[in-house]
Parts: sequence; structure tokens; C-alpha cells
Amino acid sequence: MIETKNLTKSYGGIRAVDDLSFRVEPGQVLGFLGPNGAGKSTSMKMIAGFLTPTLGSVNVCGFDTEAQPLEAKRVVGYLPEGAPAYGEMTPLSFLRFVGEIRGLSTALLKKRIDEIVGQLHLENVLDQPIEQLSKGFKRRVGIAQAIIHDPRVLIMDEPTDGLDPNQKQEVRDLISGMSKDKIIVVSTHILEEVESVCNRAIIIARGKLLADATPAELAMRSRYYQAVTIRSDQPELLRDALHGVAGVAEVEIDARDQSVTALPKKGQTIFAAIGEMIRARGLSIRDMALERGRLDEVFRTITQGGRS
Amino acid sequence: MNPVRIIFKRELSSFFNTPVAWVFLVIFLFLAGFTTFQIGNFYDANQASLQVFFNFHIWLYLLLMPAIAMRTWAEERNTGSIELLLTLPITLWQAVLGKFLAAWAFAGIALIGTFPIWFTVSFLGDPDHGVIIAGYLGSWLLAGAFLAVSGCMSAITKSQVVAFVLSVVVCLMLILLGFPAALDFFQAFLPQALVDAIASLSLFSHYQSMMKGVIDLRDLIYYGLLGGLFLYATSLIIEIKKGN
Repeated sequence: MIETKNLTKSYGGIRAVDDLSFRVEPGQVLGFLGPNGAGKSTSMKMIAGFLTPTLGSVNVCGFDTEAQPLEAKRVVGYLPEGAPAYGEMTPLSFLRFVGEIRGLSTALLKKRIDEIVGQLHLENVLDQPIEQLSKGFKRRVGIAQAIIHDPRVLIMDEPTDGLDPNQKQEVRDLISGMSKDKIIVVSTHILEEVESVCNRAIIIARGKLLADATPAELAMRSRYYQAVTIRSDQPELLRDALHGVAGVAEVEIDARDQSVTALPKKGQTIFAAIGEMIRARGLSIRDMALERGRLDEVFRTITQGGRS
Repeated sequence: MNPVRIIFKRELSSFFNTPVAWVFLVIFLFLAGFTTFQIGNFYDANQASLQVFFNFHIWLYLLLMPAIAMRTWAEERNTGSIELLLTLPITLWQAVLGKFLAAWAFAGIALIGTFPIWFTVSFLGDPDHGVIIAGYLGSWLLAGAFLAVSGCMSAITKSQVVAFVLSVVVCLMLILLGFPAALDFFQAFLPQALVDAIASLSLFSHYQSMMKGVIDLRDLIYYGLLGGLFLYATSLIIEIKKGN
């Protein structure tokens, strides 16, 4: 369990994190969303016990990070932003160092290193200095040190930043694979990642908590939730026809691929009605899709202070 | 294993994993020999003692100890690895102590590298080994004091160069406090008791007495307090600045 109460961090009068209160339970993968400079990293640094809150408190698995810092740090694994490490060390010596400090016995440490090296495909780089590794490997070494002690709480600041699509997918699979009995908090600004990995999302901007919901619930706030997107060879004709369907609020034509999107009035469904209209009029279309809502649009609306 | 030991081990081996350590050892051994034999005219003095050799250490250390310690914290903050270090289940004090002890041990290894000069003087004459041992101990304590100061300066900045320059300046001031010129300056407007107090803060006077073979408890306490003070200051500075 992670619980933050009125968590606040000020730097010279500016509140980087402002009165943040939330609770995360085991099994939850919490996505921390927000524009750059929103206070995501600062919040994570406080949860990981690196920074001391100006006001408020963080409780990790029953340990207050200020009153019992060592106990709290023991149950947490933390990947700082950019996955810093000691560049002159090799992944093997680095993992041994972290494992020893975390109090793993020699036998257990060896077993864990074997497991993690396999999981993260580090076999071929174990004896090269970390500073000579590619960005993808450096990131994986950072993840490896964070999970070496099989922590109950895993906090990762932008774990997939700078990785190629295959590597991103591997890291996401790894996170999903670990999520059953752990609390995982990941920050990201890639919205598709939230949908594929997280079962809960928190949006913060200017240090304040603006939304706390499942990705599906967030998507429901989108103007595009239950919207219907159709591709056709005659977009203008289709647009005019869609305006006549009951429940349609607006119709947009995408300038890029000429697809036509009909947005429903709040709370209405229009998919079936549009289907009937097309059949009745005998319009030719290429395909037609029901939208689940666009997270990026929700994210923009929420963080830029508009309606949410 | 104790966290201080684990950090000590990591730091010490990281010295030897970078070329800096080897360059440092070569420069130190070369300069220690050069100052003793060329500038100090070791042979002409015709004395079976290492007085000349130890005389120069304070000036060698003035440049070399800041060079050892400059990366201690500046690099951690610059690369962000400090975030990793301080979210491990250790106290800040354990990290400060482990890093300091590693640097100090490294200085000790460099000193051990100068033992051939001890053998030389033993071969050529009949030196007082007690005085030489006290000299080595004093030299090592002096190195520790400089490293504590330099480590503290390294905590102030992310730039190793700035850390180096600050360390040299502060160490130089700690030496010069004991020089007549500085004391005359203070004498102009301070009572004698305070001037004496300032003089007793100087690294120079405490080093001088140990070089002569006198191991005085007061000198040991002085080094202990000075080192402890700067290590404590280091932990305070890191606590304040780590978030920036």
C-alpha cells in the first residue's frame, strides 16, 4: 500500500507538488501522467524517499518515509529518471553492489541475478562498463537494479523513455508480468502505454491532482467516446448525411486521411443509427469504427485547464 | 555486511577502475621523489631521516587530495546516481563515511607506495624508525583532513572543476592560518588569546609537530574534530542540495 497525504514540495515559493493525496493498493499499476514539469518526478522522488516533503506525508507498506526511512526504502524498488548508474561499473558488479546493500544473501543474490539477467536479456553485456552500453541496455540495467530484491513496491520514472518500439514492448510485458502482487507506479507521457500497462491513471499538472480513474474511464470523458469514424471516397457527401442522424452533435473531417468522424451528443450512442442510415441511403464506405475515446484529447483538455 | 563497508568497497574499486587513480599514483610518487631529492636535496642534507620528504607532503596534498575527492559527490549529483544511492536502505551518514574512508584508504595506498624511500634511508643510515612511523601517521592524518574538506566542497557543486578549485582554496586557508603573516594580520585587531586560537586551527602547526615524531593526543583530537566537522557539514549540504 502506498498512501500520500497532502503531499507538497515547494522550491523557493513555487509548489512543484501541491497537496497530492492518493492511495495505491497491491495489484494496481498506477500510471502517473502529466506534462513535463508537472511534478511527476518530484512526487516519485518523495515516494522513493529521496526528497523530503515540505508538507504532508508518504506511507509505504505501513512505513512513513520520514519517520522510518530505512524500512520504507527496503520495500521499494526505484528507477530514477534517465536510469542513472555508476558508469565505470559493469552490470554484474553494479547489480551485486545494489543487492549487497539491500541485504540479499550471497546465494539469493546469485539466484536473483541469474533470473533478472535472463528476464532482461543482459547476458551479453554483463562484463562491459555500463557507460559503454546503448541506451536500451542502460535502461534495462536500471530496471534490473530496481527489481533485484523483488520489491513489494516498484516505482519507475519513465521506464520506456528513449527505447525503440520492441524494447518498449518488452519493458511493458515485464511490468505486466510483475503486476499481480506488487504495487507499481510508472510515470510516462506516452498515453498508449497507460492503456496497455496501467489499470489506473492519475493526471497531474502544475503539481495538482486533476484526475484519478481507470484508463477506460478517462477515455469515456473524451468527446470522441462512442464517436463513429468512417472512411469513404466521398467524405463531403457522407458528412452532410451524418448531420441528419439523430444524436449526432458534430461531424469532423480529418484533414490528413479524409476520414469522417461523427461525435455523439453527451450520453447518446449513434453507431447503430448511422449504420442504418448508410444502409438506407446505399452509401458506399470503406470501413466504419466505433471509437473508445481518445486519451490524448482527454489529457490535453484536463491539463490545459479546460473542462474535464 | 555493513553498508559502510559495501560503499567503501565500491568506491575504492571504482578508483582503480578509472585511469585517474593510476595517473594520480604515478604523479604522487614522482612528485614525492622529485621534491625530496631535487628540491629538498635529500643526499646533501646527509641525515638519516625523512624530514625533508614529509616536509613537502602538505604542498603535494594541497593539489592532489582535492583531485582525489573532487568527484566524490559532484559526479553523483551530475549523473543523477545520487538518487539511486540515497534511495537504497542506507543512511546519508553511512554513504558519506563510506566514501570518505575509501578516498582515505586510497591516499594510504599512495603513501605505502613511498616505502622504498624508507628502505633507502634505512640502508644508507640508521634512522629513528619511531619518528618515521609518526611522520607517516601524521602525513596520512593530514591527507584525511584534506579529503574531508575536499569531499565537503564536492558536495556543494555538480562541477568537479569547481569542487577542485574550492577545495584547494579552503585547504590553503587552513594551512596559511598558522603562518606568521596571517597571524600578524589577526594580531592587529584581535586579542592574543584569539590569535593563539586561530593559530591552533592551522593544519600546518599540527602537521609540523607530528613530522618531528611527536604524537600528541591534542593533534589527534584536532584531526578527529576537523574531519568529523567537515563530514558532518558534507551530510548537511547534501541534504539541502540533493533536490536541485
